[in-house]
Amino acid sequence: MSPVHYVALSAILFVIGAVGVLVRRNAIVIFMCVELMLNACNLAFVAFASMHGNLDGQVIAFFVMVVAAAEVVVGLAILMAIYRARRSASVDDANLLKY
Amino acid sequence: MTTLTGTLGAHALAATVAAGSVNIVPAAGALRLSWLLIAFPIFGAAVLLLGGRRTNVWGHLLGTAMPIASFVYGVIAFFTLLGDTDRSQDQHLFSWIPVAGFQVNVGLLTDQLSISFVLLITGVGSLIHIYSIGYMAHDAERRRFFGYLNLFIAAMLLLVLADNYLVLYVGWEGVGLASYLLIGFWQQRPSAAVAAKKAFIVNRVGDAGLSLAIMLMFSEFGTTSFTGVFGTVGQSGSGVTTALGLLLLLGACGKSAQVPLQSWLLDAMEGPTPVSALIHAATMVTAGVYLLVRSNPILALSPTARLGITVVGAVTLLWGAIIGCAKDDIKKALAGSTMSQIGYMTLGAGLGPAGYVFAIAHLLAHGFFKAGLFLGAGSVMHGMNDETDMRRYGALWRVMPITYGTFGLGYLAIIGIPPFSGFFTKDGLIEAAWDKGGTSGAILATCALLGAGITAFYMTRVMLMTWWGKARWTPAEAGESPGGAAHAPEPHPHESPGTMTIPMILLAVGSVGAGAFLIIGQRFENFLGPVTGVPPTAHGWLTFPGIVALVLVLAGVGLAWMMYGRVPVPATAPKGRFLVVAARKDLYGDAINESVLMRPGQWLTRLSVYFDNRGVDGLVNTLAAAVGGTSGRVRKTENGFVRSYALSMFVGAAALVTLLLVVRL
Repeated sequence: MSPVHYVALSAILFVIGAVGVLVRRNAIVIFMCVELMLNACNLAFVAFASMHGNLDGQVIAFFVMVVAAAEVVVGLAILMAIYRARRSASVDDANLLKY
Repeated sequence: MTTLTGTLGAHALAATVAAGSVNIVPAAGALRLSWLLIAFPIFGAAVLLLGGRRTNVWGHLLGTAMPIASFVYGVIAFFTLLGDTDRSQDQHLFSWIPVAGFQVNVGLLTDQLSISFVLLITGVGSLIHIYSIGYMAHDAERRRFFGYLNLFIAAMLLLVLADNYLVLYVGWEGVGLASYLLIGFWQQRPSAAVAAKKAFIVNRVGDAGLSLAIMLMFSEFGTTSFTGVFGTVGQSGSGVTTALGLLLLLGACGKSAQVPLQSWLLDAMEGPTPVSALIHAATMVTAGVYLLVRSNPILALSPTARLGITVVGAVTLLWGAIIGCAKDDIKKALAGSTMSQIGYMTLGAGLGPAGYVFAIAHLLAHGFFKAGLFLGAGSVMHGMNDETDMRRYGALWRVMPITYGTFGLGYLAIIGIPPFSGFFTKDGLIEAAWDKGGTSGAILATCALLGAGITAFYMTRVMLMTWWGKARWTPAEAGESPGGAAHAPEPHPHESPGTMTIPMILLAVGSVGAGAFLIIGQRFENFLGPVTGVPPTAHGWLTFPGIVALVLVLAGVGLAWMMYGRVPVPATAPKGRFLVVAARKDLYGDAINESVLMRPGQWLTRLSVYFDNRGVDGLVNTLAAAVGGTSGRVRKTENGFVRSYALSMFVGAAALVTLLLVVRL
């Protein structure tokens, strides 16, 4: 399989994630879509690393995973706090930061 | 202070001036105490104004004693000067502004010119004080009145005794303040309050001229002392001397009520009559003439300034005389006459040494007869329930013989009938104008001669309407005369008390003798010569202009008799023709001021306000509104929805990537 397929798959996954972030209201689903976008990037990194025959892209993929894990920890904690306060995980309900 | 030599008389007139220089020496002997002259009235003013009601009982006596004390000292100083070879004595008092590069010392210069003024101010001033005891006897505020009078005398003495222009300016402003207080003494009358304000504001215009002149002196010569300025003025260019001369003229115009700053003088009649006498005879209006004559070394260098002074003088002497002809108010008729007589003096001050001597001599003689005339007018008002309209007088000579006699002598003096004092001094001025030669001399002499004739006309008119003819003692209608005290049903004219008649008699003696005493034998010329320069030509008697003047005076008297003596005087003023109407309105002086200065000033302020509101404020407000409006609209994008933020980030990122790709390609 040529790297083009991997990159195409990566692009498709990224777009699915981005659209998910933009159209969904549930914060957990948005989180999952963000993870999807991150992993689409990982796929592209790994594909290019394999294509060029060096390890740079693979190393960066690990970094991205670490960042994603850390982000999930913090993000889910905030989400829990919001849910407890408002009994809702909809991002449209949490709209006080305006004007 | 070292002995300084001031070159007087100076270059432009060097050919005609014999005298060269004056030695000014530190004061010695009795003159070391010259500060006492000012200290007496200042002390009186302080006690009376600060002492309050406690001084009510004896306040007027103290107030009268103070100028008399100054007068006695002035006489001593005068005889000390006469017996002294050094007749200019400078008494240094203290350093006022001891700054490096700018020294102002407060000092008193006693010389022939200042001592002449001191004797006039304190002498006539004392008589007016004595007169006021009787005149103001029924006024509840008599003590305050005497306090102000003393302040007036003190300020005027400081003005004439100062040995530099800055101290002179202090006295100058003091005179302005005192005149404001006294003209508005009956401040419960709106007209008096307005007149006081008007006098003060018109004087400010003149004061601006004097203060600019002083600043110019400082920047050009680095000093304001008389000796310093007169010693170095010869080295400056003609532009500086002309500017100085014209600025000093502006100052003199304000204080001496010369055209174009004459409008305050007639309104100043709102003050009590002794104040009018003081302002017109001894203080205030004489200050301008003093300033010009004192500055003679500056004027000597600037023919332009001298020409300006003569023109102002000639215009004013006719202006005042014409106004005097049409006024029915006795005090205003006399005020017009003062304006005219001061015009003569200003004319003289522009004529060089010949004019200076006669200007000052006329000023002294005028001090006597004008004070006498005003006090006489006050005495008439005193007996007539404060009526000032001459159409309600007539035939008063029977009931007020002493006032009639003194007023009559003052009348003969002012119209210049020989041998009364006005003849000698005014004749000298007319002849000095005639001797100037050329077209300008002929024009000036013609104006002066015409003025003499008109003077005779309006003064005869005053005499006829007040003293002769039939009695028209009808009381004024209620509200017609704002000054009328408690409109009595029928006035009962009576002679005034001794405190009022004795000063009038003494002034009448001066009116008769002062002119002859000063002029005959060149007594005053020789006395004043060291300060002002000696006149180039000896003064002749009954020369061509003198005879013409006498003829015109007799013609004026005759004309007045035809119009007011032969036919009865109507009790209400006839309508009159154009010139009469104009003269009754002070030759439209107020109208000119209003249309030329006040209205454009108001337009300018309105325009500025409009420009500020619409232009400056408009620009700033528009800018603020634009920023505010834009912010308000942009603010709506911050709606708090996370997804909309995400969309804008996404669009931004996509745009960025697109841009990068486009640039790369």
